[in-house]
Amino acid sequence: MAETMSLIAGRSSKQGTSLCAGKLEPEYCEVTSTVEMNVNDMARLGLKDGDRVRLRTEVGEAVVHCKGRDAADLPLGVLFIAYGPPSSQLMGSDTAGTGMPLSKNFEVIVEPVTGQSIGEEAR
Amino acid sequence: MSENIRTVENATCTFCGCVCDDMILTVDLDEKRITRAKNACVLGRAWFSEHKHEERPYALIRGKEASTAEAVEEAAQILAKARFPVTYGLSDTTCEAQRQALAIADLIGSNLDTTTSVCHGPSGIAFEGIGESTMTLGEVKNRADLVIFWGGNPAASHPRLFTRYAVTPKGMYVPNGKKDRTVVLVDVRRTPSVPVADIFIQVKPRSDFEVLWALRALVKGRRVSPSIEQRTGVALATLEDLVNRMKSCQYGVLLFGMGLTMTRGRHFNSGALLALATDLNEYTHFVAKPVRGHGNVTGADNIVSWQTGFPFGVNFSRGYPRFNPGEFTTVDLLSRGEVDAALIIASDPASNFPRAAVEHLRKIPVIVLDPNPTETTQLAHVAFTTATYGINVPGTVYRMDDVPITLRPAFESPYPSDEDVLTAIKNRLRELRLARGGAYGAGATQKVAAPLPSD
Ligand code: SF4
Repeated sequence: MAETMSLIAGRSSKQGTSLCAGKLEPEYCEVTSTVEMNVNDMARLGLKDGDRVRLRTEVGEAVVHCKGRDAADLPLGVLFIAYGPPSSQLMGSDTAGTGMPLSKNFEVIVEPVTGQSIGEEAR
Repeated sequence: MSENIRTVENATCTFCGCVCDDMILTVDLDEKRITRAKNACVLGRAWFSEHKHEERPYALIRGKEASTAEAVEEAAQILAKARFPVTYGLSDTTCEAQRQALAIADLIGSNLDTTTSVCHGPSGIAFEGIGESTMTLGEVKNRADLVIFWGGNPAASHPRLFTRYAVTPKGMYVPNGKKDRTVVLVDVRRTPSVPVADIFIQVKPRSDFEVLWALRALVKGRRVSPSIEQRTGVALATLEDLVNRMKSCQYGVLLFGMGLTMTRGRHFNSGALLALATDLNEYTHFVAKPVRGHGNVTGADNIVSWQTGFPFGVNFSRGYPRFNPGEFTTVDLLSRGEVDAALIIASDPASNFPRAAVEHLRKIPVIVLDPNPTETTQLAHVAFTTATYGINVPGTVYRMDDVPITLRPAFESPYPSDEDVLTAIKNRLRELRLARGGAYGAGATQKVAAPLPSD
């Protein structure tokens, strides 16, 4: 089952601290490979914390872990991910003459994944 | 811990645009590491404590160890041969290094762009159209009784913005700190910053412009339809209440983040917010300021602006600076496959840029200066290991409110500074230019041989 949702890429505290430890280190990779999702959306898609989902746009895809957020914190249909290589894979390069690609509130297709590890999928 | 301990007072954290200059660092000089960073927030503590003296090569050329001098020669040859290079990054280095990077761009006629183009570049575009009712953070601390955060999450990105300047500190005209201030937070999601706010306004994604424009209309006494709630998720009564607070405060401030610039509307969103601040000055004192991310991204804007007249996205191909976001900005230059070499300073576009841009980076010679290994250093043709600004390197950085701050480093690094490497590349490029009769690149005959810049 695939659904279209709106992805926000942004800063998180853990992303900031793990960035200091090294952008090629496992903690940073883990933090930037976790997408937050409204718990009701997760329930509808049959997902629980730590399950893998594939995020897809016209330009690329990334497989990440999902983590539930309270319905009051993250609206239905909205996803949050800490900036990093997986979110960059999904961004289009059109800047509409500004220099800035859209990296917040852009549409992604979300589907649960079973099987492969994150490393294999995200390449 | 060794006996050889040094304390550095009033050191500066350069992790975020707050560039807090009240750090008290305890430095173990034998182990070359910072064991304590008093006054730092969680991000600042990680910034200092994770900085370790590592045995990394001085430079890598195509993955092989090289000396800094060999890498300088290689970098200069690449840049001298390139027809349409780009110099990019610069937000995590000193103003002194930024100045050298700019001199190189001017000398070789390259594109010059900074990470501003992918953070508050749209706000830079909006400043040109609307202007900026500006301030320093000291004014906010001493005067602001209404603080509105819009599209940002300082709890995660700039933790001490709350405690040092905008929410809790006691100031001259707000002697009771938070009790004398009303704090409003506007965002599309309930972030860790929300508990700080007295009022949280949750807007629907992609509706910031509509909310800001409705606020402008209400400030001017125009009628706004209650249907605004269906479009934006915000009730008309909430907007009216906010307008009353904005008009009746003594000193209001809008601190806005990339929630406005990275989403639909981009510079229109920033422009609407800046126009709202301007409108409010009919009634009271109101200011607006982008909250800047990297430690010296504001310095990059200042240096590039005062030397070229433009803040980012500058091109020197014709021997004089031209500004055109969308044409001379790095994501566009790379995604269209236009540039044939890249000089990247203190930035990691291979990790942050869209896929098409990164694919082009893999095809061209990339020169990168960075203290740490990143995705970009991994794909680079020439990678310099440089010393970290603020921790090892002295110099100047600009706080997000355009206030210059002097760095007090903790200990020396075995690696050269960005400024040293860039100066060496610039000097070598000058020699090569003289040897070639005044121009660079395979297309040298098409290029205007501009006089050598004096610096
Ligand atoms: S707020 Fe920013 S500059 Fe200040 S200590 Fe924290 S990370 Fe460093």
